[in-house]
Amino acid sequence: MLLLILKRLGNAVIVLLAVALLAFTIFKFLGDPVQLMLNPQATQEERDMLTERLGLNDPVPLQFAKFVFNAVQGEFGMSYRNQLPVMQVIAERFPATLELVLVSTIAALLIGLPLGVFAAIKGGTVLARIAHLVSMIGVSVPAFVIGIVLILVFSIELKVLPAFGRGEVVDLGYWTTGFLTASGRAALVMPAISLALFQISFIMRLVTSEMLEVLRIDFIRFARARGLKARAIYFRHALRNCLMPVVTITGMLFGDLIAFTLVTEIVFQWPGMGFLFVQSVQYVDIPVMAAYLMIVCCIFILINLIVDLIYVVVDPRVDQLVRGGSNGR
Amino acid sequence: MVGWKIAAVLAIGAAVTTPAFAETLRWAPQRDIVSMDPYSFGDTFTLSVLNHVYEGLVRYDETLQIEPALAESWEVVSPTKWRFKLRQGVKYHDGAEFTADDVLASLKRVSDPTSPLRGNLPAYVSSEKIDDYTVDINVTENYPLLLNDLTNIHIFDGGWLTTNNAEAPTDVAKGVEGYATSHANGTGPFKFISRQPDVQTVFEVNPEWWDERQHNIDKIVMTPITSSATRVAALISGEIDFTNQAPLQDLPRLEATAGLKVLSNSELRTIFFVLNQRDKAFESDVTDKNPLQDIKVRQALYHAIDADSIQKVVMSGLSRTTGSLVSPAIPGYVPELDERLAYDPELAKSLLAEAGYPNGFSFSFLCRNTEFVNEEQICQAVAAMWSRIGLRPNLNLGPTTIQDAKFDAGQFDVGTLGWANEPMLDSYSILVQVVHSKTGNAGVFNWGGWSDAQIDANIDEAGRTVDRATRLDLQAKALLRANELSMFIPVHQQPMAWATGAKVVSVLQLNDNKARHWLTRMAE
Repeated sequence: MLLLILKRLGNAVIVLLAVALLAFTIFKFLGDPVQLMLNPQATQEERDMLTERLGLNDPVPLQFAKFVFNAVQGEFGMSYRNQLPVMQVIAERFPATLELVLVSTIAALLIGLPLGVFAAIKGGTVLARIAHLVSMIGVSVPAFVIGIVLILVFSIELKVLPAFGRGEVVDLGYWTTGFLTASGRAALVMPAISLALFQISFIMRLVTSEMLEVLRIDFIRFARARGLKARAIYFRHALRNCLMPVVTITGMLFGDLIAFTLVTEIVFQWPGMGFLFVQSVQYVDIPVMAAYLMIVCCIFILINLIVDLIYVVVDPRVDQLVRGGSNGR
Repeated sequence: MVGWKIAAVLAIGAAVTTPAFAETLRWAPQRDIVSMDPYSFGDTFTLSVLNHVYEGLVRYDETLQIEPALAESWEVVSPTKWRFKLRQGVKYHDGAEFTADDVLASLKRVSDPTSPLRGNLPAYVSSEKIDDYTVDINVTENYPLLLNDLTNIHIFDGGWLTTNNAEAPTDVAKGVEGYATSHANGTGPFKFISRQPDVQTVFEVNPEWWDERQHNIDKIVMTPITSSATRVAALISGEIDFTNQAPLQDLPRLEATAGLKVLSNSELRTIFFVLNQRDKAFESDVTDKNPLQDIKVRQALYHAIDADSIQKVVMSGLSRTTGSLVSPAIPGYVPELDERLAYDPELAKSLLAEAGYPNGFSFSFLCRNTEFVNEEQICQAVAAMWSRIGLRPNLNLGPTTIQDAKFDAGQFDVGTLGWANEPMLDSYSILVQVVHSKTGNAGVFNWGGWSDAQIDANIDEAGRTVDRATRLDLQAKALLRANELSMFIPVHQQPMAWATGAKVVSVLQLNDNKARHWLTRMAE
């Protein structure tokens, strides 16, 4: 297992450098932050001076080298827009996004897995068909439409849930949480649903198709022949053999949501990372954009690593495969 | 684990026991302010919000005329020296007395070479303290607009700056964090309480404000909501009381909702087309010269625009169609400016033929899709109108940051520009920044190389004329001359719309589109 981790970390460094370079070249074409920082009243001389002081006149390779040099020391500079250290700005937004994504992913697993199994074993029934149909909607309707419909129903018509924001949050030092207050939990409901609906549908459909595959394999027949209870067959034997792709997909979705919940966060004014990213693009806040992509990249690497480790737990063959493969060489 | 739980419970306790306020105004703008530091960004919206906490020596009254604020009176001692008598008995929110030293410290900070707001006080040379309540400000000779500039120079507490090591402006380039970015101590009608960027900023009433209290607000909670649909939903469901950016397409819906009120008017910002006047067209099938240099062609473009249709269809009847580059509320405006060239496509066609382009020509037409109200739709409509007289505009749409870089590099033939004359509120602003040819510090936004010697002379002279009437006369002359040459093609003053919830009784809306909640009344 250690070998696996080391291998992954080696790859990570290369990926990080590539992402940083890519990000840097893209941002170079986004425009001029000076335009946004100064008043229309400012003279040309003042504009030139600010451009020079921000180091925007330096050649791109030099800017990139400076960035990497500082980033290695954990120093990402100051946000042009917020005038605060970039790391502080991102750290303030991170809890909001992680809590939202965590809730929606857990909900997706709790609902999607059983629904998937149900749809597989009760294939022909009306209920299974309804579940199938609803999941079609879940997969095809974009999250922001669901968000707006939810706001229309629960905020405007029923007036039971807040249309925006995180509600009251409790500060735990390095972390602000909305879990501990009633308004914080109420604020979580709609954004979490609009994010989770796609995940639920996706996981459900995935589990259904995998289950149908597995249920056809011989060992299930043998298990039936042994007289095992249906429940044990479905959940202990069949489901466990379907979990590999589910773990992969859930991990990917989780990382994707942390990084790019842009639309849902904008719709609900959720003060998270996606919201921050959209704002920083609008303001050409180069330090935030660069740091953001680097951090997102790290998160993906970490999640993939965790997914790999879960593989080992779910399926012992993976560990042997890694060891066997390296021994053979 | 147990300890952690107790801490959390205590924190909730603290949140719940915050005293409930009688009149809380919940304000949702479309975006957040960028900083609590009034010298950090030249952003008009940010300055207008900070004006609730900080004040300048002078301010605009309800007719946008200058009136005393922290200064009680002033006189011009010599062509380079102004003397200000300061108001006595004014206290900062932390209890400190307002004196001449605060003015000196503030002027020093704002005029620092690294200050992004230095351009808002262009003529400033130095200042000196005469006594505790008298300050002299030295400016370049005969500079006429010092008072206009000072309306937006908010006065810090000098002692507070020193104590918190914030005498110099925040410097993003050097990574210097500023205390004033997230703290504030002003003299204004509201005290700054707390702020989480992009989430919430809270102000409370300052009961010791020097001026007569006309509002009845105890607390302002400002929570930006970016998405228009969500902002409208929050207003209808009663989660917010006020927005200064009500989406135009939702106004009928808001007006139809019981308890909600919509306030709309045209704002100061005038939208107009700028035309490349260099010797060569940027992107055209006419390669040997620039057709736009011919006044007949410019007039043809003008005559081809059906401004009434734009007003009715694109702007839902809310814009003010204009022939002037400045709004009527801006000094320097004269009614003759507002005469447009009539909509007459036939005349436009014959003008094109006279100029030697009976079959038209192609040109690049550069527009942003996010900056001005319905800019994308305006450009699409006008492109169609120009096609109708035989021209072939190539519409190039994109986000502001990208398009502005192209404008700056002169990569366009026709494009849009909007100018509000903020923060100066005087037509000198557009004249020196846009209309003047690019010489020295003038003509920063002269993107297309337009230039007229007579106009330049008028602007330069206005910049040295202290007498207001004479100066405005010169500025009107320059604006009229620009119209005569069809240098630009004005479209309209763009609309602004605010909306208030049931709890708000009255809000003052002026053309400058700034909320002034020290004049807002709420239901008791």
